[in-house]
Amino acid sequence: MASLEIKDLHADVVTDEGNKEILKGVNLTVNAGEIHAIMGPNGSGKSTLSYAVAGHPKYEVTSGEVLLDGENVLEMSVDERARAGLFLAMQYPVEVPGVSMSNFLRTAATSVRGEAPKLRHWVKEVKEEMGKLDISAEFAERSVNEGFSGGEKKRHEILQLSLLKPKFAILDETDSGLDVDALRVVSQGVNDFKATSDAGIMLITHYTRILKHITPDVVHVFSEGKIVESGGRELADELEENGYIKYTGKGEPASV
Amino acid sequence: MTVTEDNNVASAMREGAGDTLTGPATSRAERFTSYDVEAFEVPGGREENWRFTPMKRLRGLHDGSAVAKGEVKVETEVAPEAVVETVGREDSRLGVAGVPSDRIAAQAYSSFTTATVLTVPKETKTSGPNVLRLTGPGVGNTAYGHLQVRLEQFAEAVVVLDHQGSGTYADNVEFVVGDSAKLTVVAVQDWADDAVHVSEQHLKLGRDATLKHTVVTLGGDLVRISPTATFGDKGGDVELLGLYFADAGQHQEHRLFVDHAVANCKSNVMYKGALQGSSAHSVWIGDVLIRAAAEATDTYELNRNLVLTEGARADSVPNLEIETGEIEGAGHASATGRFDDEQLFYLQSRGIVEEQARRLVVRGFFHEILMKIDVPEVRERLEAAIEAELEAVGA
Repeated sequence: MASLEIKDLHADVVTDEGNKEILKGVNLTVNAGEIHAIMGPNGSGKSTLSYAVAGHPKYEVTSGEVLLDGENVLEMSVDERARAGLFLAMQYPVEVPGVSMSNFLRTAATSVRGEAPKLRHWVKEVKEEMGKLDISAEFAERSVNEGFSGGEKKRHEILQLSLLKPKFAILDETDSGLDVDALRVVSQGVNDFKATSDAGIMLITHYTRILKHITPDVVHVFSEGKIVESGGRELADELEENGYIKYTGKGEPASV
Repeated sequence: MTVTEDNNVASAMREGAGDTLTGPATSRAERFTSYDVEAFEVPGGREENWRFTPMKRLRGLHDGSAVAKGEVKVETEVAPEAVVETVGREDSRLGVAGVPSDRIAAQAYSSFTTATVLTVPKETKTSGPNVLRLTGPGVGNTAYGHLQVRLEQFAEAVVVLDHQGSGTYADNVEFVVGDSAKLTVVAVQDWADDAVHVSEQHLKLGRDATLKHTVVTLGGDLVRISPTATFGDKGGDVELLGLYFADAGQHQEHRLFVDHAVANCKSNVMYKGALQGSSAHSVWIGDVLIRAAAEATDTYELNRNLVLTEGARADSVPNLEIETGEIEGAGHASATGRFDDEQLFYLQSRGIVEEQARRLVVRGFFHEILMKIDVPEVRERLEAAIEAELEAVGA
């Protein structure tokens, strides 16, 4: 049973002007099979949380722990974290010119699985998953994320999720920039992954609309670098109704 | 890491190319040329076209003290349709593609004893690539050489110049591309670590001629290649591609000049380089001149450098001079950067170990150029050579 435990996590963003504390003591436990939605207004530190857990060099953890199945991932390199079963679907997936999607996916799968997948099975597997996400076959030969639309990038993040089959996934604003159809396809991809695995999922979002497709077990409100309230589905409904005004003093809506 | 990027743009016509009006100190059109070495003053190193070159490492090629004691061995492996000749200095075909524009090129022109001429007769397409393998004169020896590749009208050919071995070598290489002829050239500098090679390459295109000229520089202590492209008539299309990989201590310099003096011609320049190790130095100069008569010119040039380690230096200087407003387009781009942390993070976050992620990024960086090298044997060899370079540094 996999679980992700975040204990009193403090982290800074590293800039040329010096460090600035963004995460101010995050406590959160997500058990295997659970979906936790982290909702919060812009600038509350939601994305920083995902980057800090994944090990982005721009963020520096100053104290606290992140345990995946009891192992401290903060002591691991970025790639070790991924091989330990952690996956981050990024808000802004990075373009890597000259590296084909198919080469990238196979290299990643080989790394995570510890051996190269058998070519025949692999081709079939990728084709199937691409089909489910309505990704046309030509994307396999295109450079990683290069010239992809926002929606195409997000589909490819979920494609990687389904191929790499992590123990724990963080989906950072996977819904942003998606039209209604793309949101449905991407959400279906997440639900399919969930149905075939026992993974824990942390779903970071500003808006409630993705929660109409993906049902969270727990909803957390994130503000000023920490979790300020937790509850069930009904908390999302309340945010939809009232926005984040209760937490920020400003009338920032949570629905569109 | 030190990076300089000078942009001298006389006037940028293409949208987004900038609107700076900082004209170059002197127009490239005024550069002195001569076949006679004595017509040039001995350069001291501060001149515009020598300021990046470590003069001491030229071993006297520039001041007349480098006396030819050796020879460069030329082996040819050509298609049956091509004709290879070894000719003397008096051969009237020589020197038609261009006049030496610096003292070393003039020294080479004044000093060679025999030249190799490869001819593809008119309306003939050679059945396979034509390889000229040049082996340096050996450690401590100097040689001067001259090559000419000529395609008669409507001819088509692929030519590979493969440089290897040791020693000091200066030469002029002429590419005479006849009307409607199509020439693909790949010049590989795979020299041993001690080698010094200074080469001026004269590219002359006839009416509607097409030339794809690719320079690949991997080895050598100091390599300085200066391709100059000129158009004899309308409709010429030249593509200048380059790939270089400078290791610790290596100086690799590529100085390009595209002289648009007639109307309706196209040029496209793309050079990419990677540098690693202390004192690895690359220099890229891209001079493009669009003269008043060259209406409807379409030109673009790009240089990208990827600095893999501390202590390497890339200089990149595009110069675009435009003397007519009646052009299709003119632009340039130059950028030098380190590894992109975001790219590494993204790849690593998918479980790919850092070393492999770095290799993927470098391979990806060169991919665009490698895909344009349409000689499979050469491309595969270069891919392997890049892998070996990356192994060497453990990148």
